[in-house]
Amino acid sequence: MSDNIRFVQGNEACVEGALYAGLEFFAGYPITPSTEIAEQLSSRLPKIGGKFIQMEDEIASMCAIVGASLTGRKVMTATSGPGFSLKQEALGYAIMAEIPCVIVNVQRGGPSTGIPTHVHQGDVNQARWGTHGDHAIIVFTASNHQDVFAMTVEAFNIAETYRTPVVLLFDEVVGHMRERLVLPQPGEIPIVERLRTSVPQGVNYHPYLPREDGRLPMSDFGAFHRYNVTGLFHDMWGFPSDDHEVVHDLLRHLMDKIENRTNQLAKFKEFYTEDAEVLLISYGSTARSARDLVEQRRRRGESFGLLELLTLWPFPNDLVRKKAANAKYVVVAEMNTGQICQSVRLAVDQPERVFLANRIDGEFISPDDIHKTVRLIRGKGV
Amino acid sequence: MVEKTRFVFSGSGGQGVITAAIILAETAVLQENLNAVQTQIYGAAARGGATRSDVIISDSAIYFPYVEQANVLICLTQEAYNKFSPIVRPGGLLITDTRYVKIERAVDAVQKELPMYQTVMDKIGKPIVFNICMLGVVTALSPVVKPESITKILEERIAPAFLDMNRKALELGFELGAAAA
Amino acid sequence: MAVKDYIRERFFPHIWCPGCGHGIVLNGLIRAVEKLGVQKNEIVMVSGIGCSARIAGYLDFHTMHTLHGRALGFATGIKLSRPELKVIVPMGDGDALAIGGNHFIHAARRNIDMTAIVMNNRIYGMTGGQYSPLSGYGILASTAPYTSVDQSFDIVQLAAAAGATFVARTTAYHIQQMIELLQEAILHKGFSVVEVMSQCPTYFGRRNREGDAVAMLKHMQKITTPIGSKAKAENPELIERGVFVRKELPEYCEAYDTIIRRAKEGK
Repeated sequence: MSDNIRFVQGNEACVEGALYAGLEFFAGYPITPSTEIAEQLSSRLPKIGGKFIQMEDEIASMCAIVGASLTGRKVMTATSGPGFSLKQEALGYAIMAEIPCVIVNVQRGGPSTGIPTHVHQGDVNQARWGTHGDHAIIVFTASNHQDVFAMTVEAFNIAETYRTPVVLLFDEVVGHMRERLVLPQPGEIPIVERLRTSVPQGVNYHPYLPREDGRLPMSDFGAFHRYNVTGLFHDMWGFPSDDHEVVHDLLRHLMDKIENRTNQLAKFKEFYTEDAEVLLISYGSTARSARDLVEQRRRRGESFGLLELLTLWPFPNDLVRKKAANAKYVVVAEMNTGQICQSVRLAVDQPERVFLANRIDGEFISPDDIHKTVRLIRGKGV
Repeated sequence: MVEKTRFVFSGSGGQGVITAAIILAETAVLQENLNAVQTQIYGAAARGGATRSDVIISDSAIYFPYVEQANVLICLTQEAYNKFSPIVRPGGLLITDTRYVKIERAVDAVQKELPMYQTVMDKIGKPIVFNICMLGVVTALSPVVKPESITKILEERIAPAFLDMNRKALELGFELGAAAA
Repeated sequence: MAVKDYIRERFFPHIWCPGCGHGIVLNGLIRAVEKLGVQKNEIVMVSGIGCSARIAGYLDFHTMHTLHGRALGFATGIKLSRPELKVIVPMGDGDALAIGGNHFIHAARRNIDMTAIVMNNRIYGMTGGQYSPLSGYGILASTAPYTSVDQSFDIVQLAAAAGATFVARTTAYHIQQMIELLQEAILHKGFSVVEVMSQCPTYFGRRNREGDAVAMLKHMQKITTPIGSKAKAENPELIERGVFVRKELPEYCEAYDTIIRRAKEGK
């Protein structure tokens, strides 16, 4: 049996992906259902000379990884809803100061303490707008362990490419269920390394002056360029500024660097979408049930299709509009009160075609649950 | 071709129900190159109440990871049996332990009431391997994986000091199951 | 090097009020670093939010101006990632001990090698003069118009109890002592805390009729005394200055390095 096959929880698939991508520093705090990520990394990181620290709270964990990132390392933290709420201020800091990092939120029942051990997908809009102020953010998700691995690697690559935090929004079902994972060989998936400045010692390095291609080369804290990093609006030196042109240009830069690349960032999978009369749109563990239903229905000759989103934010408006163009019914399947459904409605032409098939009681949404809703939508009763 | 086989392991927290489920699924993936998913229910259900772990094994992709109708249902406590016996598929297999479970109504499935716990206590004397004996029974009665494959997984998981005891429990389970087939 | 060589002149004039004690700390810190001969590239300053936090931006080191109360969290990430760097964390009293209290306790508990400078002017200056946990019972502030009924606490005792292995106190008046203490604090291998009692004439001073900056400095000289002095024995109300704790205990990053060694050997 090949030794690159594993049978693991989704949380461990995330750990494998992070290590594959070059993770070297993790700071976290225990919280169900993400704790396994911290436990695994506490064991695996020191084996490769990496650093693990359990901080005193969720906020300190987020701060610690941002600090460590500035010294030149790839960094990650992991949490669930309540911790994700606590991390928002420091997450916003990383956005403003353009510091690469990866934040994993394994969603559970919420709001508040909710149900730690039950599944929900309620943090979708929070992931977009949880931190204050105008900002853009990149959020990925996955429905199976192979994709958990792949999207984790992608998260690190994108964080480095755009000098920004990336949120991995998983959920309790994917996090805790066990399934097969095939570990890619080293080199099989390309890894993006940090872009460091080529400005030589003795010449002024501007930490926030973009290159011609828009990218912002970094310099490690401890290397020979000394500069300031702040969460205030700042000039190209990193020094605080309230000059209105500086503020406008920086805010525009932070928004545009991500929003203008929505289409490149839009990762997805599609099944039978070309001729689908009923197009399901789903993500995370719900997409497993959606896929199951689509396969079932196709076997019976019904034209169902599935668009599985792997990128939630920036919301792939163009992709969704295009894929939904010919469907008679667009049914968004998710385990919340319609957070992605809301965005789908805004994205498609004829939003009256868009319906929500959801479950919000902490139980996992089944193919049957989705099917019952689709039947009702189509006026076919139960 | 391996048809999709759906197992539900149930009992009380502490009986090793979830571990048994994981071992079966792990065997399918790592030793027999099949697909498998394993899930479990936490919370009140897992503390002395009815613990449940689902395993689905197939040679094709598995999407929905939970079992609604089980091909094989294992109940190691009365509470688990009371709660879960309705989910066994007609024509499926229901395995219960004679010490813990009294069958109340017949289900439309093959029922095997076996003295797994008693056998383990008589021949080994340590209740901790009750779940491994059960796994042996399951493998004998529902041969989705080969018995040697499970042994290989046990060898990887269990500390050398306890390996013999576990192997013996597995053997006892195979024999019990084979005799009852 | 001249003091000038440590300053980012481009970013002057600074934002502090005339008479603010933070400028004295900036000066003392530069002289301490100079005497130690540490290279600028080896120093990282991590500050929080407040008038005190602005000190980092004016210095030609690797500087990180972070979030209110969270400087020690960021600093821990930096230090654990690159233990060879010298990490200095200037904070205000509210910054370090109100919102930052939890991080202060745990950084001390870990005995991670960095220097926390608590610039204690007993007020939230940047936001206009609200009381802080160090203001003390009976003082007036913008959010304590009838006087405060909050007790304060002793930063030195807190730091010591939490596990800091170098703990010292001085005032903005005692600049020579400050330079010595900062030197020792930075050199010390472990979590060092230096409380610098400082003056905010604009808010604390004016509101509580403590006079101008000079008067406040002279007052700090009057109400403090070296540890264990005769004056203290005669007048227990005096606040002691000097080194309260000086211990050699396992430092966090070094201890973690042994974990890495053991993990690599499979133990």
